[in-house]
Amino acid sequence: MESLPITDNTCWVVDAGFMAYRPAFELQRRLVAARKAGTVPDVLLLCEHPHVITLGRNGRLEHLLASEHLLRQMNVEFHSTDRGGDITYHGPGQIVGYPILNLAAIRRDVAWYVRQLEQVMIRATAEFGIEAGRKAGMTGVWIEASADGDQPATVEKLAAIGVHLSRWVTSHGFAYNVSTDLRYFDLIVPCGIQGKRATSLEALLGRAVHREEVVPRLLRHFAAVLGREMRPVLLGWLEETLHEHEQAREVPVHAAP
Amino acid sequence: MATDVIMPQMGESIFEGTITKWLKKPGEKVERDEPLFEISTDKVDAEIPSPAAGVLKEIKVSEGQTVPIQTVVGVIDGAGSAVASAPAPARQEKQEPARVEARERADEKPAPASAPTRAEAAKADAQQPASAPQAAPRPLAATGASAPPQRPGTEKVRSSPLVRRLAKENNIDLTQVPGTGAGGRVSKKDILSAMEGGAAGRQAPAASYASPAQRPAAAPPPPPSGAQAHALLETAVPRERMYFGNYSVEPMSVMRQKIADHMVMSKRVSPHVYSIDEADVTNLVKLRNQKKEEFERTTGSKLTFMPFFIRAAVEGLRAFPTVNSSVDGTNIVFHRECNIGIAVALDWGLIVPVVKNAEEKNFLGLQRAINDLAERARSKRLKPEEVQEGTFSITNPGVFGGLMGLPVISQPNVAILGLGTIEKRPVVVDDAIAIRSMVYLTLSYDHRVVDGAIAHQFMGKIKHFLENWTESIL
Repeated sequence: MESLPITDNTCWVVDAGFMAYRPAFELQRRLVAARKAGTVPDVLLLCEHPHVITLGRNGRLEHLLASEHLLRQMNVEFHSTDRGGDITYHGPGQIVGYPILNLAAIRRDVAWYVRQLEQVMIRATAEFGIEAGRKAGMTGVWIEASADGDQPATVEKLAAIGVHLSRWVTSHGFAYNVSTDLRYFDLIVPCGIQGKRATSLEALLGRAVHREEVVPRLLRHFAAVLGREMRPVLLGWLEETLHEHEQAREVPVHAAP
Repeated sequence: MATDVIMPQMGESIFEGTITKWLKKPGEKVERDEPLFEISTDKVDAEIPSPAAGVLKEIKVSEGQTVPIQTVVGVIDGAGSAVASAPAPARQEKQEPARVEARERADEKPAPASAPTRAEAAKADAQQPASAPQAAPRPLAATGASAPPQRPGTEKVRSSPLVRRLAKENNIDLTQVPGTGAGGRVSKKDILSAMEGGAAGRQAPAASYASPAQRPAAAPPPPPSGAQAHALLETAVPRERMYFGNYSVEPMSVMRQKIADHMVMSKRVSPHVYSIDEADVTNLVKLRNQKKEEFERTTGSKLTFMPFFIRAAVEGLRAFPTVNSSVDGTNIVFHRECNIGIAVALDWGLIVPVVKNAEEKNFLGLQRAINDLAERARSKRLKPEEVQEGTFSITNPGVFGGLMGLPVISQPNVAILGLGTIEKRPVVVDDAIAIRSMVYLTLSYDHRVVDGAIAHQFMGKIKHFLENWTESIL
């Protein structure tokens, strides 16, 4: 691994697979610190969370529709978090992407960055023959269904975005519904927007879709749209790399945030 | 010296920001570059570092308020900051590449004499990376949050080519546009405001914003820092019942969590069935003892038993391709290659590097591949692709003295072979009791696609191959 060349636009890709929200959050925190210190290049962390509802900094608790009791019964965790955006749900069947990028070296423009994340997912979705788009003022990737007989035209959300920025280093990111159980979205008002439903690639295509079909497409478009050269690395290896640097810097690894 | 804290511009098309949280209270000390407040725009939340060391003297824009960029949101009194050490900036400067600023600056007029030189400005930017390039850290005029700063009486209007072009295209006299940028510079936002006929620097109404209550996680007494409730790592009893007497709690490493997740997932996805067989490897033990030194001398590799088992497994997989498959919903994916994952125990966990195309390798090739992968697994130098695309796996609990083991299938395989320890046992040969070197072979297989009949025939093939070894090993 030492022989892997790291260029300015290298982006490590780590597919952590199934990972609980808290460890993923902690890993992001460490990656951001390492990215700021320049000990790692840009990193795209991919994972899939167990059922969890997270509330952004600007989120409103009233957008959580379920009681704490019900959440516990349904095995859904709840976390307040420091990303932008309102309330959202993560769970099995959803690809969660956490890009840890140094925007100072790409483009110092958060609005641009969010639009690029949308673009990545719009392009990946197009590969399945589905036209996804943007909605002004409503960050995310949306699917427009035209009016059909009695059914009025609807707009459904395929993917959500919420970003945190610290010294132009990004964290948090996007959540793309592949085969998400959409009933869980009923527990919340997604992203705080009333009357808008969530959808999934599986629901749109009417067939089973595997995460593995979508991940390579997302990666390809992520590379193209953000001008990154993607390098897959192993989670264990990344862990060790972070650990070594953290030890070298004598920063407590498990310091309370 | 007092330093104004301004609302930075977080992007070309972003002209205002909402303060979501002040991380310091008035009167509190702050280091330069220490996060001072948090803002949000659209779906982005950003922490803004302090432009200077000192004491936060005043907060001019409170939490929840939205103000235009460049608005002074607070004041830092640097008087007592002489002692403040700022260790961070040095590193910060190094990693903040200058080329972005350089590109942005290229569009702009050469800096007037009173403005910071390019080098100073670059440095200033590095010190305050979250602010827009135009936002000099030293404001020239004290400005209030509610009123746009008046441009000092400069003869020429400072502006960028883009702004001048916009002004020209829209017949706007730049000298009549109040500049809110550094040194009274007319920014793009100013010109856009002028085009809309609105006053630059309008005060946005305070959003009716309620700080979200920090909801405490519904957690039993001990803090679940690492052992966070996890859908797959569910606990069998209420967590309260685990913490008693003397104990210590350690978070799992990520690798440990991955292993745990994988095992739970595998057991959930694949209905495991187990078959046990044994093989008489007396001849292989003899062969190895005879050839060990010669093998090591001529090839430089240690001679182990693993290549024998891989060869035997490949024979079995060729005869029974179902064992070398994966399950995709209602499809069975038959793999043409025999890529054999070998479980390697590490001090910090377990990893399964893959011997690719084992069917194409001779004995020496297999031995070399195993030694190489195991060595690099232990020194953490495996490449990601070297632990992927396995089609079957072998694990060797016998190496730790286990008589036999019943392993969990490594997904997306449908079977895994477990090797017990090789030991001498009394066995019946031709109605006589003989001392033979024996090994237990176990196969864990996915009953969705592999039935007992296939599994036992597969094992029979391996057994036969091992007991009747004919291949040369050198």
